[in-house]
Amino acid sequence: MTVVCDFEVLRPEQGVAALLPDGSQVAVFLTADGSLHALDNIDPFSGAAVLSRGIVGDRGGVPVVVSPVYKQAFELATGKCLDEPAVSVAVHPVRVRDGVVELT
Amino acid sequence: MTQTLVVIGNGMVGHRLVEILRDSSWRIVVFGEESRPAYDRVALSSYVDTWSSADLELTPLTGCELRLGEKAVSVDRERRVVVGASGVEITYDALVLATGSVPFVPPVPGRDLPGCHVYRTIDDLDDIRATVEAADRPGRHSGMVLGGGLLGLEAANALRGMGVSPHVVELAPRLMPIQVDDGGAGLLKRLVEKLDLTVHTGTSASSIERDGTRLIAKLANGLELDLDVVVFSAGIRPRTDLDLGLELGPRGGYLVDAACRTADPRVFAIGECAAVEGVAYGLVAPGYAMAEVVADQLHGGAKTFPGADVSTKLKLLGVDVASFGDAHAQTEGALEVVVNNAVAGTYSKLVVSDDAKTLLGGVLVGDASSYLSLRPLVGKEVPAGLLQPGGAVDVEMPADAQVCSCHAVTKQTITDAIQSGVACDVAELKACTKAGTGCGSCVPMLKKLLTDCGVEQSKALCEHFTYSRAELFEIIRATRITTFTALVEKHGTGRGCDICKPAVASILASLNNGHILGEAQVSLQDTNDKFLANLQRNGTYSVVPRIPGGEITPEKLIVIGEVARDFGLYTKITGGQRIDLFGATVDQLPEIWRRLVDAGFESGHAYGKALRTVKSCVGTTWCRYGVQDSVGLAIELELRYRGLRSPHKLKSAVSGCARECAEARGKDFGVIATENGWNLYVGGNGGFTPRHADLLVSDVDTEELIRIIDRFLMFYIRTADRLQRTSAWLEGLDGGLDHLREVVVDDKLGICAELEAAMESHVSDYADEWRGVLEDPEKLARFTSFVNAPGTPDPTISFRAERGQRVPVQLGIPEVVR
Repeated sequence: MTVVCDFEVLRPEQGVAALLPDGSQVAVFLTADGSLHALDNIDPFSGAAVLSRGIVGDRGGVPVVVSPVYKQAFELATGKCLDEPAVSVAVHPVRVRDGVVELT
Repeated sequence: MTQTLVVIGNGMVGHRLVEILRDSSWRIVVFGEESRPAYDRVALSSYVDTWSSADLELTPLTGCELRLGEKAVSVDRERRVVVGASGVEITYDALVLATGSVPFVPPVPGRDLPGCHVYRTIDDLDDIRATVEAADRPGRHSGMVLGGGLLGLEAANALRGMGVSPHVVELAPRLMPIQVDDGGAGLLKRLVEKLDLTVHTGTSASSIERDGTRLIAKLANGLELDLDVVVFSAGIRPRTDLDLGLELGPRGGYLVDAACRTADPRVFAIGECAAVEGVAYGLVAPGYAMAEVVADQLHGGAKTFPGADVSTKLKLLGVDVASFGDAHAQTEGALEVVVNNAVAGTYSKLVVSDDAKTLLGGVLVGDASSYLSLRPLVGKEVPAGLLQPGGAVDVEMPADAQVCSCHAVTKQTITDAIQSGVACDVAELKACTKAGTGCGSCVPMLKKLLTDCGVEQSKALCEHFTYSRAELFEIIRATRITTFTALVEKHGTGRGCDICKPAVASILASLNNGHILGEAQVSLQDTNDKFLANLQRNGTYSVVPRIPGGEITPEKLIVIGEVARDFGLYTKITGGQRIDLFGATVDQLPEIWRRLVDAGFESGHAYGKALRTVKSCVGTTWCRYGVQDSVGLAIELELRYRGLRSPHKLKSAVSGCARECAEARGKDFGVIATENGWNLYVGGNGGFTPRHADLLVSDVDTEELIRIIDRFLMFYIRTADRLQRTSAWLEGLDGGLDHLREVVVDDKLGICAELEAAMESHVSDYADEWRGVLEDPEKLARFTSFVNAPGTPDPTISFRAERGQRVPVQLGIPEVVR
């Protein structure tokens, strides 16, 4: 379990990055409807740890984050890349407990 | 064995022939009398805008032997040899004569005096300019153009561009007697006389005499004109001074058959020097058609000249003139339907058959917008309603109607390309059919055909908004909406995306809605704007402080050096005369900027779709050749427009003289100093599609210059598409440069005061974005790599050394499994 931050720190449609004890990184997003999503922070197309800095929006109603490097869209719920269906990033379980966002 | 084709003449038509044939098996040798590469003679009068012949040059020819500056002096048809002025002899298997035409100079006494010129080549214009500049007269110069046809009015326009007030003398009772009727010519005369032209019709010059430094022309009607320069442009004659012993047409020109072949089967003639079945044509489109015919013949084809459409549509001195079909109603029993609106300044005449069922031709002056739909209907049934007052002309065009007359492309060819899916937009149509690549006047028709074929020319910004960026701009301006959420709920669908969010953020910023990282805007920004720095491939950012005009004190230069050294930043000089510092992590950005802001630097907006730099040369302060203070103006402009958010980045430059060391004509707006003030060029671009900027105004003072740049920038910001640079915006603007000038110089739409006010409010509201971040703890808090470990740097970022500096270690990308 890794503590990310207080829930009130999150802003709708803005990502944050969290560092895990093993040195890996997770991008955490709050969407406009209040749901939380966590994906690997590393953009598989550039190798840079930047997905948390992407623009959050929707494609055909599906909530996505768009990589700031080469602009591929990743589905927040599944980590699937909508532009290259064979590519995806890992999804991490995330929850809010006592006002604190946690990765489990 | 390779066969040799010799082309005599490197004008537009000869050039076209070589272009068509260059990838063929023929070895091609071209003799060109002029020493410069082939150029666009149709656009000759625009040479006076820039005095740069490079602007008129046609696509350079490759794959042929181009003998520029070498006149072909004789041809021995027996031995099949062309002899050049240098003595060179080239043996041909086929010979094409494309010698063009010579100006017709009426036998007026005094026509050979110094100060009398013809109007045909770039050199002619240089000579006219030399005469005008040598003329010793206070105030405006005075000139006479002999000939009031198409060429004469072009020449008059060129004289106006040189600061000369032209008298136009035409023997016929009206201007443009070939194309236009009395009614249309009457209106044309009225419109051009508003432009400082004096028109004398129904008369001619009976003599020209020298009086000291002046020329005195006596007209047949008794008038005497006191002149600095005389230009003959009373028509052209086929040029046939190269005597091959071949028969000429009844009105001159090498006589050829419908295959453009002379009596000698190895010799062809094309363009203005040819008399096809006895008829010579003085327009470029029939010449191009002849080039196509000969290219086909040389490949063993059987194509023949289809006859020429001598319809014309042009803008002369800003006045639309069009004439098509039987414009003078010479068909027996032809009827005329005339609408002459003296108030609106428009004239239209349609010529129909005696039963009013067939359209035969027409004349349009003042407004020729219906030309494109009318011309293809010649010889076809008159559409219902067309002859009623205010009759609609938006009618169905027959499939075999010619849409592009420069390249003889029919509607059928275009619709085939669209329906087969080969072309989905104007650019693709141009590439695969060549339509629209000549004079370009059919481009609006290409757009219409795309729409008619069901190709949606969607202007929707993205899936969330059906509006174009320009429409969204007006919605936001009118409704004063300040948040994306409010906008998308009221005027769009969904939650937005990486296309519409930054576009809306940019519009909000252009409308002065405070700091771009304000609570309501921060989630809309692309990463560059969000961190006020440029994202690089390894997830780090680069930093560019503003250095207005490229001028910097040693002290400030040292500060940049110290900051770069202390933070281990890779340092590089940019093309915009500033310094880029690479390799900063998000955590470092505020620390770096605190040092820079304390030393008096501010954001350079290198990360934004905003004004970047105004580059300059050193100008009069140091340069021996400078005529104005280019550095001073560049700094003034950069400080005025800094922080201005726009549809795409904006670059500018100021050159202190015509040598143009600052490369201003490659910029969105570029300024070049003249003896009398400044010339303003707009719509230039480097990058993927380089484009020289167009001259918008010349010789204006600084105050007027800034007023026009204010209007230009605001008009662009309001009306351009997302990520559309000024060059593409100007290319796509209906009415092009003329329209832009009408809006931002002549204030035709009456919006200039508002555009200026918008810019004033930008200038007074400007505040440095980086200072704004440093002074606001909430904004500063976003500059951390990890929300759960502030201060810990991103462990994936590492560097290695190269040429004494730190560069990123390339990140492993193979994790992508496809």
